[in-house]
Amino acid sequence: MKKLINDPANVITDALHGFAAAHPELRVDYDNRVVVRGDAPVRGKVGLVSGGGSGHEPLHAGFVGPGMLDAACAGEVFTSPVPDQMVAATRAVDGGAGVLHIVKNYTGDVMNFEIAAEMVAADSGTEVVAVVVDDDVAVQDSLYTAGRRGVGATVLVEKIAGAAAEEGRPLDEVAAVARKVNSYGRSMGLALTSCTVPAAGRPTFDLPDDQMEVGIGIHGEPGRRRVPVAPANEIAEMLVSPILSDLDFTGGDGVIVFVNGMGATPLIELYLMFNEVSQLLAKAGVEVARSLVGPYITSLDMAGCSVTLLKADDEILRLWDAPVRTPALRRGA
Amino acid sequence: MDTAALTAWIREFARLIAQEKQRLTELDSAIGDGDHGVNMDRGLTAVVSALEAEPPDSPSALLKKVGMTLISKVGGASGPLYGTAFLRMAAAAGDSVELGKVLRAGLDGVTARGKAEPGDKTMVDALTPAVAVLEGGGSIEDAARAADEGRDATIPMVARKGRASYLGERSAGHLDPGATSAALLLRAAATTLGDGA
Repeated sequence: MKKLINDPANVITDALHGFAAAHPELRVDYDNRVVVRGDAPVRGKVGLVSGGGSGHEPLHAGFVGPGMLDAACAGEVFTSPVPDQMVAATRAVDGGAGVLHIVKNYTGDVMNFEIAAEMVAADSGTEVVAVVVDDDVAVQDSLYTAGRRGVGATVLVEKIAGAAAEEGRPLDEVAAVARKVNSYGRSMGLALTSCTVPAAGRPTFDLPDDQMEVGIGIHGEPGRRRVPVAPANEIAEMLVSPILSDLDFTGGDGVIVFVNGMGATPLIELYLMFNEVSQLLAKAGVEVARSLVGPYITSLDMAGCSVTLLKADDEILRLWDAPVRTPALRRGA
Repeated sequence: MDTAALTAWIREFARLIAQEKQRLTELDSAIGDGDHGVNMDRGLTAVVSALEAEPPDSPSALLKKVGMTLISKVGGASGPLYGTAFLRMAAAAGDSVELGKVLRAGLDGVTARGKAEPGDKTMVDALTPAVAVLEGGGSIEDAARAADEGRDATIPMVARKGRASYLGERSAGHLDPGATSAALLLRAAATTLGDGA
C-alpha cells in the first residue's frame, strides 16, 4: 500500500485538520467529526445535514457551505457515522425551521440516522425529516436486498435541496424537492481497479488487469458482473442503457448529466466518457440540459466512473443554477 | 442473575470478540465490507472501559450503558442493532434478570430496527433458536448450542439484508459474520451464567 498517510488509524482526524486549515470559513468539531457551515445556525433556514462513511471525498464535507449542506458527519472509512455525531450536527444547524437529514440508502446509515432522529426528538422540539437517496440501478431486486444504494444522485440532492433551503422554503417543501430529485435520478458505476482501505492495507477485492466490474457501489461492493476491459464507447453503453431502461428520460426539460470519477481516474478520461455518454443520449432522444464532470463521490483510490442522469424540470434547473459556495462546488456566489 | 453476573457476561463477550476479531473481519470481507470484527471490538472495548469507570448499580442500568456505548462507538449496522438489542433488554430487565425474557426483548428490538426475518442470513438466525430454547425451559448451554447451529445454518442462505444482500446468490456458501458474533454472545452467557459457571 502506497498512500500519503501517517498512522492509518488517524487518517480521518488528520484529514479533518487539513480540511479546517484549508477552509477557515467552515467550523470543524473534532470530537464529533462534524464539519459545519461557519455561520450556522442560519436563523429561519432549514438546516441540511448529511454524512456517511469517509472515503467518498469531497462528499459530504466538501459540500458544506451556503447553497448546499449546513453540516456533514464523517464516519470511519466506509462505515456509517454514529448517532451522537448526527445529533451534534443537527443541534449545530437548527435555525428554528427544522432540519433535513440526507441519508444514503445503506443499512447502517439508515439505522444510525433513525436513532439520531429519535434522540433529537426525545430531548428537543427540533423537527427532523429524513430523505433516503437510492438511485443505483445496479441493484435490481429490492425485495431481496437492502434496496438500491445511494450513489451519484446524492450530490445532486444536496445541491438542489440546499438551494431550496437557501431560498427560505419550509422543511416539508425542501424535503419534497429532495425526494423529487431522488425519484428522478438514476446512476450506474464501473470499477477498473479495486480501492484500498487504509486500515486494511490491501485492495478490497481482486480484479485482474484485463477485467472490470460493472455495477459497483462506492465501497468496493461487487457489481452486477465482471467483464473484459472494453473501449470507452462500450463502457458508456453498459452504464447508460440500464439507466435509460429504468426510467423514461425523454421529453420535458432534458436531463442533468453527471459523469463522476471514482477517485483514481483522471479528468481527461471523464471528459472522454462524457462525450460517449452525450452521444448515446442524443441517439436516445434525451436532451442534455446541464452537466457536471469530476470526482465528486469517490471510492478512495478506485479507478472507474459512474454516470448519473437526473430528469429535470423548471424547478430543478432553477435550483441547480442557484449560487453555491462550498469547497468542492462553487458558482455564482 | 444480578449486576455482577451480567457484568461477567459482557466482559466475556468482549473477550471473545477480541479473540475472534480477525476471523469476524475475514467473514465480513467475503460478503460484506470487512469491518465487523474491528467495529465490534472497538465498541466492546469501550463498553468494558465504561463499566470499569463507573460500575452500574442495577441490571437495567448496566444493560442500558452497554447499549448506549455500542450505539455511540460501533457505527455501521452492528452498532444500532446490538445497541438497540441491549436497550430493549434494559427495558425488560427487573431487579433480577431472567435471560430468556430479556433476550426475547433484545431479539424483538433487533427485528424492529433491522426488519430482518429468520432466513435472511443475519444475527437473527443465531438469536431466534437460542431464545426459543430458553423460552422452552432449556439451559443456557443448550441455547448457546442452538445459536451455534443457527449460525451454521446461515452458510447456504442467500442474504436479504445489509451489504451482503447486494451479492444475491453469490452470498450463499459463506457464514454470516453477524450471526457469528451473535452466537458468541450466547457462548459468553453459557460460560458465565450457565449451570457450569
